[in-house]
Amino acid sequence: MEKEPASKVELAPGVGGGGEIPTFDVTLKVRRYNPEISDEAHWDEWKLTMYGTDRVLDALHKVKWEHDGSVSFRRSCAHGVCGSDAMRINGRNRLACKTLLKDLDTSKPILVEPIKGLPVEKDLIVDMEPFFQSYREIMPFLISKGHSPTKERLQSAEERERYDDTTKCILCAACTSSCPVFWTDGQYFGPAAIVNAHRFIFDSRDDAGDMRLEILNDKEGVWRCRTTFNCTEACPRGIQVTKAISEVKQAILTRKI
Amino acid sequence: MATPTIESPRSGRVAPGYSRSSTSRGNFEMIAWLFMRLSGALLVVLIFTHLWVNLISGDGISGVDFGFVAGKWASTLWRIWDLTMLWLAMLHGTNGIRVIINDYAEKSSTRMWLKGVLYTATAVIVVLGTLVIFTFDPCPVIDGVASTASYCPAV
Repeated sequence: MEKEPASKVELAPGVGGGGEIPTFDVTLKVRRYNPEISDEAHWDEWKLTMYGTDRVLDALHKVKWEHDGSVSFRRSCAHGVCGSDAMRINGRNRLACKTLLKDLDTSKPILVEPIKGLPVEKDLIVDMEPFFQSYREIMPFLISKGHSPTKERLQSAEERERYDDTTKCILCAACTSSCPVFWTDGQYFGPAAIVNAHRFIFDSRDDAGDMRLEILNDKEGVWRCRTTFNCTEACPRGIQVTKAISEVKQAILTRKI
Repeated sequence: MATPTIESPRSGRVAPGYSRSSTSRGNFEMIAWLFMRLSGALLVVLIFTHLWVNLISGDGISGVDFGFVAGKWASTLWRIWDLTMLWLAMLHGTNGIRVIINDYAEKSSTRMWLKGVLYTATAVIVVLGTLVIFTFDPCPVIDGVASTASYCPAV
């Protein structure tokens, strides 16, 4: 039998490879709400021993799997792609799966709340339907006039670059639920819908840009943006949300005037 | 306690208060947005020139009296200047407050009342101000008695 090739990294004897990961204690405070028990929300607290590689999502898992199985939250891929675990961590909208515990102030309790501005259903789960309703209204799909090409629809690298930033959206609602204008009455289309409209408005292959601009020229559309930059700060994908909204404003203006 | 029913995710039901009841397809909000930017830029020039002329140049603040205002308004340029400033500042400010009311008042009845008060106040101030600028007369003749101020022409 052939011998395994020797490791290129010299390890001291006794070290298993990964090395010891430091542990620390954190206090996790979660905003609990269960309409079947009480109309009032309350805070629950757990003291946990966590590893330096753990994220807030791992702490929530530890609570759910080892302490209190009734803690409810959404998560799917757990790697910052699906966008289901957006929540308010220490007062800021983040993805629980992308927020390392060691990056937070562990000397104080870590506060975890549901995202604001949407109706809470249970614990950290909110009703996302109003959010998706706005998303649907801007028609987030390719609309093209004329004949379909026999092969693929061609686009230059520059044309693709024009809307590259807004293709990164994962619809986690961190931006819309960080927007103070959305908090007031939930009527505003919200940054996420505008970002996804931007993705098609500035796509050279799409022919319905004017329709989308007309939809966002609504009194609850882009003109309600106050450029507070909460959305840009909240976006876990680093999309320049406020910039995208401003570009849509510019596009509406140049089309009308 | 009544347990609220949560609709199935695919029911398509949007929580009450979130669905946009009326779609406004006018350009009002766009024009208001554009007006804020243009009037803002113009007001910077208008107001700072106004402040400099009134408070710094010449005798400075001690030179401001009835005669000073009368002297300024003797020229058409200053009347147009002040009229423009009055209208732009009032409309700019009113639109700013309107936007703040929209952002902070949650109930539509509260919004309606606050905006009612706002628009009334704006109308009164704009009408009164415009009236003063157009009808201002430094040497009025009231009941046949002419003003005896030094800058008034002798009757």
